[in-house]
Amino acid sequence: MTERTIDVDYVARVEGEGACHVTIRDGAVDDVQLRIFEPPRFFEALLRGRRYDEAPDITARICGICPVAYQMSACHAVERSLGLTLDGPLRDLRRLLYCGEWIESHALHVYLLHLPDFLGYPDAMALAKERPAAVRRGLELKKAGNAILRTLGGREIHPINVRVGGFYRVPTLEEAATLRPVVEGALALAEETFLFASTLDFPKIEFDYEFVALTHPDEYPMNEGTVTSSTGLQLPAERFEEAFEEVQVPYSNALQVVRKGRGSYLTGPLARYALNRERLTPRARALATEAGLPDVVRNPYQAIVVRSLEMVFACEEALRILDDYRPPEVPYQTPPHPPAEGSWAAITEAPRGMLFHRYRLDAHGTIQEARIVAPTTQNQKRIEDDLRTVVARSLDQDDRHLADACEKAIRNHDPCISCATHFLDLTVDRGER
Amino acid sequence: MPRKGRPKVAVWKFTSCDGCQLSMLDCEDELLAIADAVEIANFREATSAVVEGPYDLSLVEGSVTTLSDARRIQEVRAQSRLLVTIGACATAGGIQALRNFANIEEFRQAVYARPEHISTLSTSTPIQDHVPVDFELRGCPINKDQLLEVLSAFLDGRSSNVPTESVCAECKRRGNVCVMVARGAPCLGPVTQAGCGALCPAYHRGCYGCFGPQESPNTASLIRRLEALGMDGPARLRVFRTFNASNPVFRAASEAPAGGNP
Repeated sequence: MTERTIDVDYVARVEGEGACHVTIRDGAVDDVQLRIFEPPRFFEALLRGRRYDEAPDITARICGICPVAYQMSACHAVERSLGLTLDGPLRDLRRLLYCGEWIESHALHVYLLHLPDFLGYPDAMALAKERPAAVRRGLELKKAGNAILRTLGGREIHPINVRVGGFYRVPTLEEAATLRPVVEGALALAEETFLFASTLDFPKIEFDYEFVALTHPDEYPMNEGTVTSSTGLQLPAERFEEAFEEVQVPYSNALQVVRKGRGSYLTGPLARYALNRERLTPRARALATEAGLPDVVRNPYQAIVVRSLEMVFACEEALRILDDYRPPEVPYQTPPHPPAEGSWAAITEAPRGMLFHRYRLDAHGTIQEARIVAPTTQNQKRIEDDLRTVVARSLDQDDRHLADACEKAIRNHDPCISCATHFLDLTVDRGER
Repeated sequence: MPRKGRPKVAVWKFTSCDGCQLSMLDCEDELLAIADAVEIANFREATSAVVEGPYDLSLVEGSVTTLSDARRIQEVRAQSRLLVTIGACATAGGIQALRNFANIEEFRQAVYARPEHISTLSTSTPIQDHVPVDFELRGCPINKDQLLEVLSAFLDGRSSNVPTESVCAECKRRGNVCVMVARGAPCLGPVTQAGCGALCPAYHRGCYGCFGPQESPNTASLIRRLEALGMDGPARLRVFRTFNASNPVFRAASEAPAGGNP
């Protein structure tokens, strides 16, 4: 028996701390482990005893890259306890804020984390020495996303202006007008990015993914929608736990989510695109057709193209919202009643995929129990499945090249390990206070 | 200390959300200039290239929550000429320091089905509890202009100009209307260190203290004001126990009796 192990001790250019361990026995892949050693921060435990309206700011701290996603899922979940549904300009402003985060997060991944893999550089700084225009385009695009976040949220990381019911202050018409040319410029850069990304050289590989994303009858999903799977499942967001479950593995500080009775699945840009292509803007759809992007992308390396396309969409959507914008009379809606006792859940589409929050509140609106399922927790098992195939196809390569191939296969999915670490099963007996 | 070539700068992550190191990548206009001026020797979020120490400057994000964190920070210190902590986790233990007020065994069991696989310390502690720190940048997250100031000062060989006054001072200069006076909004601005640009008041919201206490905070006086605005004991406890909960000043303010004087 021969045994060979491939270890990536620290996956670079991802958010947070993870490693990967592969065992090859007698020429076949025996075991693949995506190990998350990011220390747990116990958010679900520390949220207990906090008031319902503290959840958006506290959970934002789970992730410095996608804090808006946490604020949005938390707001939507607790707003259900208040009988509150946002409409009109406040609903649009939340969508605009999310566009900012999608642009910022996708630009970061496409240019600073992912692109160096395709062009053979250790990082974007080295890439910038030889292809400064490309990196500058990425930074400019990222800056535009951040401009939206700053105008609406006050700052890029952990915005301070989001509250249950809406915002503390809404942008003036002048502020919205100042943003418009920035986003217009970003749209042109996003289109260039998409066309550029489409021409990259992709390893020829496809997976039979089960895609899971929100879908909405009228729009590309962000804050609302029905959980939908490419295998036909349709489920209201608050019933997510009926079809999906978390399992703990001994080698990782993060749980893995599987579709009950089926196994791994994929959430994120590839899933959103596969299930919502028809609800992209006409221009984004036309670009996709022009570049020959299939209606369903099953090659994970091409996620960089789909992320770029979503940036085109997010820029166009942001422009539409800015053009229609009339400041609402009040910056937030007042709930019809105080928080109702019960369990309240919501899902929104973070840049990396579905983000589930559930809070059990008592009659005073105090959080008794919290459960958060991040996109990376959901994709972790699927990433291991990808790795298994990638390694099996490259067994003739030396260890260094194989480790490199593993890191790249992980980065395809833009894992956010900081997010993945704290969201674990609460079905265990915890000895209620 | 005489140096050859560009100074080597390393970025280290401990227990954190990655937001403070992302602030560096959020310097879109300056990032490439920074990469020219310094050798980015270790920055795993941004690059797979690693240059061995020693380092001229280490930026440290995150708090210490595991035995491995506690060992690693000693190694980082030993390899670093200057060590600057960035953000509320590194300077005060962060939001995860709420465990310092609770039973960690219960926390672990609340979150993990098989808690025996999870190794963690019972506390989240700031970096300066473990090694000497040359300078600290506050904030949850840090302000990227302050980060640029620290980097520029380092390159110029001068000390950095980072104010330790209150958010109130910044708020007045910005020309904000006081949210506590005009809106009756509870605001930690009087006792919180400047650096954010008085952001929350500019958005009609009370400051929530994410930069931690200013250099001479009068928390007793603020507590009486918060009480006059109708804030009860449990609410005050929550207000002081967020991202800098374990900072001694905010910790004392969260536990002080009515009237504010311990």
